[in-house]
Amino acid sequence: MSNKPLSPTHFVAPLEETPLVAIDAVNVGERKSNLWIDAWRDMRRRPMFWVSAVIILLVVVVALAPNLFTSVPPNSDCQLSNSNGAPTGEHILGFTKQGCDVFSRIVHGTSTSLSVGIIVTILTSVLGILFGAFAGFYGGWLDAVLSRAGDIFFSIPYILAAVVIMSVFSAYRNVFVISLAIGIFAWPSTARVLRAEILRVKQSDYVMAAQAVGVSNLKILMRHVLPNSIAPVIVVTTISLGAAIVAEATLSFLGVGLPNSTMSWGNDISAAQVDLRNAPQTLIYPSLALSITVLAFIMMGEVVRDALDPKARAQR
Amino acid sequence: MSDSSTRSTGTTPLLEIKNLEVGFQSTNGIVPAVRGVDLTLMPGQTLAIVGESGSGKSTTAHAIINLLPGAGRITGGSIMFDGKELSSYSEKQMEDIRGREIGFVPQDPMSNLNPVWSVGFQVEETIRANGVATGRKEVRAHAIQVLKEAGLADADKRLKQFPHQFSGGMRQRVLIGIGLSSRPKLLIADEPTSALDVTVQRRILDHLETLTRDIGTAVLFITHDLGLAAERAEQLVVMYKGRIVEAGPSKEILQNPVHPYTQRLVAAAPSLASRRIQSATAQSETHSLSDLDYAPTKVTEGLDLIAAAEERVESRPVTKRPDAIVVKDLTKVYKIRGQGKGSSGELVAADKVSFAVEKGTTTALVGESGSGKSTVAKMILRLENPTSGQILIDGTDVAPLKGKPLLDLRRRMQPVFQDPYGSLDPLRNIGNTIAEPLQVHDVGDRTARRDRVLELLGQVSLPQSLITRYPNELSGGQRQRVAIARALALKPDIVVLDEAVSALDVLVQAQILQLLAELQSELELTYLFITHDLAVVRVIADNVCVMQQGRIVEAASTDAVFDNPKEQYTRELLNAIPGAGIILGV
Repeated sequence: MSNKPLSPTHFVAPLEETPLVAIDAVNVGERKSNLWIDAWRDMRRRPMFWVSAVIILLVVVVALAPNLFTSVPPNSDCQLSNSNGAPTGEHILGFTKQGCDVFSRIVHGTSTSLSVGIIVTILTSVLGILFGAFAGFYGGWLDAVLSRAGDIFFSIPYILAAVVIMSVFSAYRNVFVISLAIGIFAWPSTARVLRAEILRVKQSDYVMAAQAVGVSNLKILMRHVLPNSIAPVIVVTTISLGAAIVAEATLSFLGVGLPNSTMSWGNDISAAQVDLRNAPQTLIYPSLALSITVLAFIMMGEVVRDALDPKARAQR
Repeated sequence: MSDSSTRSTGTTPLLEIKNLEVGFQSTNGIVPAVRGVDLTLMPGQTLAIVGESGSGKSTTAHAIINLLPGAGRITGGSIMFDGKELSSYSEKQMEDIRGREIGFVPQDPMSNLNPVWSVGFQVEETIRANGVATGRKEVRAHAIQVLKEAGLADADKRLKQFPHQFSGGMRQRVLIGIGLSSRPKLLIADEPTSALDVTVQRRILDHLETLTRDIGTAVLFITHDLGLAAERAEQLVVMYKGRIVEAGPSKEILQNPVHPYTQRLVAAAPSLASRRIQSATAQSETHSLSDLDYAPTKVTEGLDLIAAAEERVESRPVTKRPDAIVVKDLTKVYKIRGQGKGSSGELVAADKVSFAVEKGTTTALVGESGSGKSTVAKMILRLENPTSGQILIDGTDVAPLKGKPLLDLRRRMQPVFQDPYGSLDPLRNIGNTIAEPLQVHDVGDRTARRDRVLELLGQVSLPQSLITRYPNELSGGQRQRVAIARALALKPDIVVLDEAVSALDVLVQAQILQLLAELQSELELTYLFITHDLAVVRVIADNVCVMQQGRIVEAASTDAVFDNPKEQYTRELLNAIPGAGIILGV
């Protein structure tokens, strides 16, 4: 370095003011962090997550062990003298037209609603992931075939399709058939979301790096592409679980759902509509149970979406 | 306010920033981004703020025109512009200043023009908003004039066209035109050319210089390139961690950097390093870089590009070795959908490309965007299939390879890609990422693989504790180290580096370049180095192939290409390296 005098406008800050640090020093936090770990940390801090989690957990427990919540039998102990009766000590929500305990029927109907929701979700996820993943990843003619197949199913409203299917198979009305009827037409939205995400992810350099190492296509799909594309599917799935429960109630309300002998919220709402004016409790309470459950799943979906979307998180 | 017109003339500064502090609101309180910046700009002067990403250079510029992103706010200090205190201005008052008195040229020409409106509409919008002209005809006439000034031929026709019909350089010309449309006293240019090819960059900056000189506009340049800053600005401000560490006349700072950080930057900037090697080799016939009258100081130790280049030259093998890669008449033609109805065209991405890479040496494939350099790299890696031509790796034709032999080929040849944020799977931890090649090729058992991963982390100077961590905890440079470790896992002979250092800050870039040089001499690696940056080539490559529109236009040793370029295009590229006009103190 030459020791020429500096010109008067040449300013040099003292070194102490901004001491040099090592270039590109590794500075990792104490805790690990990736998309899922960060999402979990984010969700844990949110009241909405805990509220919906508690409701969902409660619904699951009620569905699995209804007798923990009520000792009143929902069907066998009905007395017509109690028809549309007001709440009493043991029967806190009153009676239905048939004189059955409203609370007990809601509690025992939970498992039906939840089962339909879960079976439909599993069905749509499996079909949606299969179709979406292969269409998006392999592209070409396979994409054309799978996507058009999806479009055909997508073009028919799934409620309408389910009504038709349930009317045709009226002899086989049970939880599995109704789930099948809803799920078979509901998967294309999952497939579309996944396909779009996979199209994005498969352009990544890490996919090319894996190819260059010699990882087979199927392994690249399973190991790198699918795990990085699944987040939006989880969001869609959580929300659609609530929608499936509504669909079952809708079908039962229309009279093409589950038979009257099967206890479900939809059936109860359907039976209560004639007595809306003189016995509102028979309609309101099953509807409330339905709304709260569906709301919990939709809220959970929202929380998961916010947690998985780093952009939304950065704005808060 | 009344005396503003008189104050702006003479020797009073146009812009005077005093003790500026800018912070970003976060959940943990205010994070300072700019900490006590003082800056003075005289009317008609050009000043450049230089720094790495995160140094606060852009934040300072945005604070002047109150365009800080959401959570940012000025927490202290004053900004006097033309006798007005801007830091106290309301959003409404600021709108009158922006565009009218202070023009702004943004960084990315691709996203700063709205694709759904015609270019003419967007220019006219600015003209109307700034009250430069009123009335349909006048506004239109003015818009045509702006585009003409921006250097667009047949501007009246161009007015009706949409941004996608313009090249990147054209768009940046339009944005500069918009920025200068109301003859502002100050133009802020935030990395105006960092997204463009070097030759385009040079033309745009020349043009900007002429325009601002004619109008008498002062320019505040924001850039990460020290060479570019020194070439284009009279005054230089070096920022580091939100503070100014050195400021003064450009040439003096470059020739006599005083602050250790500036010394680091000067030593690490490829454009300057290549310039220095250039003048040294021109002076001495021996081509020995040790004759260089340049002594790196202690702080720059281990980061000096010239020292690295010198090391490379010394370790270069004397005897000729066999060729690791031979490419013969390699051609790739893409079928593209044409513009017209039903027509389809052909795009020749690579046209009869031939070259050879000697074992243990580095060959650089240089070219601007669209020159076909990456396509060639992908074909060599067997990620694309050539339309015709031959690729020989150690004498074996790779085209017919399938299954096991292809897997063996992949084992001997590994890539490192450009984007450090895209090249690592965000959901796999560093250990698994580096071990993946070992798994695929069934190398060793679990513990052996783990040992190898730890060894590789050591080779790329990363702590072993990273093995269970995820990529999002790492900086760009660190991610690129991980990518290099993954590439080296199978002990390959050949590494294809596709713009592997282009996205990194200069200091980090220098560090990685040095790491690559060390690894090469240690492991006898053969590098194929794909880049758009000739300056980097100077310090890393033994041989250069210059590509233009799918063809190799010039191929020779690095010294030959730099000292005695045969082709006009190569000369253009060389002249476009920023810092060409600077006389360095060597």
